[in-house]
Amino acid sequence: MYTVLYTLLLLLVTGALAALLLAWAAKKFRVEEDPRIDEVESLLPGANCGGCGQAGCRQFAAACCSAGSLEGMQCPTGGADVMKRIGAVLGMEAADVQPKIAVVRCAGTCSARPKNNQFDGLRNCAVASSLYAGETGCAFGCLGFGDCAAACSFGGITINPHTGLPEVNPDLCTACGSCAKACPKHLIELRPRGPKDHRLYVACTNREKGAEARKACTAACIGCGKCVKECAFEAITLQDNLAYIDPDKCRLCRKCEAACPTGAIHAVNFPPKKTEQA
Amino acid sequence: MKTFRRGGIHPADNKLSAGQRIETLPPPAVAVIPLSQHIGAPAQPVVAVGDYVRVGQLIGEPGGPMSAAVHSSVSGKVTAIGEIKDAFGIKQTAITITTEGDDWMPEIDRSGQIKPGCKYSPEEIRQKIADAGIVGLGGACFPTAVKLNPPASCHIDTLLINGVECEPYLTPNYRLMIEHSEEIMVGITLLMRCLKVERALVGIEANKPEAIERFEHIAARRDGIEIVPLKMKYPQGGEKQLIQALTGREVKSGQLPASAGVVVINVATTFAVYEAVQMNKPLIESYLSVSGLNLLKTGNFKVRIGTSMADVMERVSGIPEDTGKIIAGGPMMGRSMIHVNAPVTKRITGITLLSRQDALRLEPQPCIRCTSCMQACPMGLESYLLARKAELKDWEFLEKHHIMDCMECGCCSYVCPSHRPLLDCIRLGKATVGNLIRSRAKK
Amino acid sequence: MEKMIISPSPHIFSGDTVQKRMRNVLIALVPAYLAALNYFGLGALAVSLISVASCVTFEYLINRFLLKRPCTITDLSAVLTGLLLAFNLPSNLPWWIVIIGALVAIGIGKMAYGGLGTNPFNPALVGRVFLLISFPAEMTTWPIAEKFSAHYMDALTGATPLAGIRAGEVYNYMDLLIGRIGGSMGEVSAIALLAGGVFLIATKTIRYIIPVSILGTVAVFTAILHAVDPTLCADPLTHLLTGGLLLGAIFMATDYVTSPMTPLGQLIYGVAIGLITVLIRVFGIYPEGMSFAILIMNAVTPLLNRLTPARYGAK
Repeated sequence: MYTVLYTLLLLLVTGALAALLLAWAAKKFRVEEDPRIDEVESLLPGANCGGCGQAGCRQFAAACCSAGSLEGMQCPTGGADVMKRIGAVLGMEAADVQPKIAVVRCAGTCSARPKNNQFDGLRNCAVASSLYAGETGCAFGCLGFGDCAAACSFGGITINPHTGLPEVNPDLCTACGSCAKACPKHLIELRPRGPKDHRLYVACTNREKGAEARKACTAACIGCGKCVKECAFEAITLQDNLAYIDPDKCRLCRKCEAACPTGAIHAVNFPPKKTEQA
Repeated sequence: MKTFRRGGIHPADNKLSAGQRIETLPPPAVAVIPLSQHIGAPAQPVVAVGDYVRVGQLIGEPGGPMSAAVHSSVSGKVTAIGEIKDAFGIKQTAITITTEGDDWMPEIDRSGQIKPGCKYSPEEIRQKIADAGIVGLGGACFPTAVKLNPPASCHIDTLLINGVECEPYLTPNYRLMIEHSEEIMVGITLLMRCLKVERALVGIEANKPEAIERFEHIAARRDGIEIVPLKMKYPQGGEKQLIQALTGREVKSGQLPASAGVVVINVATTFAVYEAVQMNKPLIESYLSVSGLNLLKTGNFKVRIGTSMADVMERVSGIPEDTGKIIAGGPMMGRSMIHVNAPVTKRITGITLLSRQDALRLEPQPCIRCTSCMQACPMGLESYLLARKAELKDWEFLEKHHIMDCMECGCCSYVCPSHRPLLDCIRLGKATVGNLIRSRAKK
Repeated sequence: MEKMIISPSPHIFSGDTVQKRMRNVLIALVPAYLAALNYFGLGALAVSLISVASCVTFEYLINRFLLKRPCTITDLSAVLTGLLLAFNLPSNLPWWIVIIGALVAIGIGKMAYGGLGTNPFNPALVGRVFLLISFPAEMTTWPIAEKFSAHYMDALTGATPLAGIRAGEVYNYMDLLIGRIGGSMGEVSAIALLAGGVFLIATKTIRYIIPVSILGTVAVFTAILHAVDPTLCADPLTHLLTGGLLLGAIFMATDYVTSPMTPLGQLIYGVAIGLITVLIRVFGIYPEGMSFAILIMNAVTPLLNRLTPARYGAK
């Protein structure tokens, strides 16, 4: 009988002492922190992708709370919606930013770009690009080993085994920019998603002279300048034998696409042309 | 016999061309001379298209304190200055010269007579070496004049001459040591004079008996030069390993060899120093061996820089059908090339061919933690762990575990029974950690 | 001409493979296997064949149907696990217990962790210790050594030297050396195991540090205990030649995957195995402690791997 009693008593005393100790420690070692950081963090996606420029979501929340305004603060993954809600919590105006998406500026599929050697090292773009130009004659194009896909936390970019090129899934891409940073050839650009997801861009970064570029890849931009002449809005510039469409000036009229002799200008998500069917 | 302490491997040395005399190739019809054949800033062109240049004339001056001069290897008209694609598909700025005759600069002594005496001061010797555009010909291409000017904080007491040539297949250094032993010995005394040291040690691996014998014979007549035969082990030609093998000293992590009181110079560089100082001849020729188990004929060649490697391959009756890899340099540290239609540079010490069967890597299997890589690493690093952490992108860990000490000798990948691409991963980690360190230093 | 192959250096390799390493260990086990066949005949043959066949089959089946990964049995590691497991079993063990042991060794000891290279414990020992705890009676009735025995499960049984020593019996060193004693099928012949060890060290398949440190520690520790009280502990030589000590020190503790990687780590690991083994043998309830000692130190291995090797230029 006493054994049971003593046991219970001992447990009670131990429990009470431990509770007191914990309570004291909680007070003593309490770290004062802006309570809004927790609130802001709970609004963030929690992917810790680093697209905002901070190490993770918590750091971004802390940065938002200590900043004077939300100017330049942007969570690419959460988008304008999340920023608006953060603004509401902090009593600040969220900057209005266009939603963006990652765009791969290479169209050198296996059929367009014949291989002239065989890579036999670790299948990693950074390794291959530190070693040499790549498996094809084009020193600018995609190496196809998928560093971008490995860098994406959302599964938003994958290598298509048929073309050997990365493909962006518009539903999953948050434009955090991890893939763009991972690409040693700097092929990936973050462009505005565009109205109704209509986009027009030059899918090539080859800066060689037309003949050389064409020899390496049939889908290359050869720097002929036809698109520049065609564009009524001065949205296209030609530098180092390479055309670039400024997304802010482009009106998506698609005249450049029709003028391009190699098909290097890609138009995505436009409805099919009526003439094609007739 | 001496050797370095940690790690190392014993690949089959396959010195197929060791018995072949050095053959001199005629000047090429067109010489394409890249302006960046060394570590550091590229040289700046000092000639224009249409200019007539003579053999040995300066065509590119050093582009900064860490750079090297470039000279014409042929006489003729400059036909282009612009970008070319090298053997790795990477663009390089180069000067193209169409050969007309063989018209040498008058001050170059081409008599071939050995000039042992030297009347120059250390500074004059160093200036002559810089003017001749000499770089380390062991493969690293570090400007020699920079190396001969160590920081004032380091007291140099010994000159080390690297006659190890531990890379399998390569033989140009061995042939130079046999055919130009007298000249190299004079070169050593010039370097000793330049560095103001009394002692020089020449390290030669035991698989070069003829070179050891000749050198010992000549060194007997000279004070302060000692020939040290070394036990065969790769990578003995690595600067840090050679220093340990010859002097027992270790270079501290992240420091220059000069901090251990030594300067290491390759024998081919020593020969170039002799030619530059005594004969006024700049570095316009490259000594290289062409070798491979699938070649019927191998050889050692003296080639004008800028000659197409395809011309050199003609000399050994072309590239065999079953070739899978053409390597600039040896098979342990050389770079595989896409094609041979690119010029010979100061960097190239040999062309090694591997058959397709020998060239393909085997499928990697899981690491079984056998520790072979750790036992083989001459720097005492945990290769398997560095490779794994590089795959996991744990850069902080890599930096803390001294990944920057890795010299990319390839011993770990060579021994791995699971055929894991250890060095590929470590290189990736090294490049990233190097960038991180540099960007931190800038801040 | 075909397309050139491009890869980072090095471009040549030693030609060593995992399979060759495993084959070397198997070759090193041959003398001990022949000794086992000599003393335990049919039983040894049956147990070893069942064990190897079931280990290989389980690895194949798990890879094929559970993990859906390429087949790995050609690396011979499953064969080795099977043989080592058999070496650690009495040769009169019923066939179905052997199969259970193989399933535990491969399934739980190896494949559950992801297969070769990732298992923290020596698979064969996981199998053996599982059987020892689950079937203590069957696992500790050893057949007596008999020339070319034609018996399997019905063999005559007797005590092992380690149990015998506890009961005060004295053994002849010659019998211990050649293995004319009772015990698990592979552990009896000291000379055959030592020959295998010499082969492994000579072919650089294993480093000498682990076996030498284990045997040295056991010798020194038992010598001290023997000097203190000869009735408590037998003389060092008897300890060295009996039980699973040699088999464990040469073949089990040196398993690549589960042993430490740096020389210093290997030394600590070996000394600790030696100490634990003697402690269990002399003071514990089991007469033999080798397998427990190795498994305990397997668990410590990740910690010992934090010791870094001596670097060039670190001084």
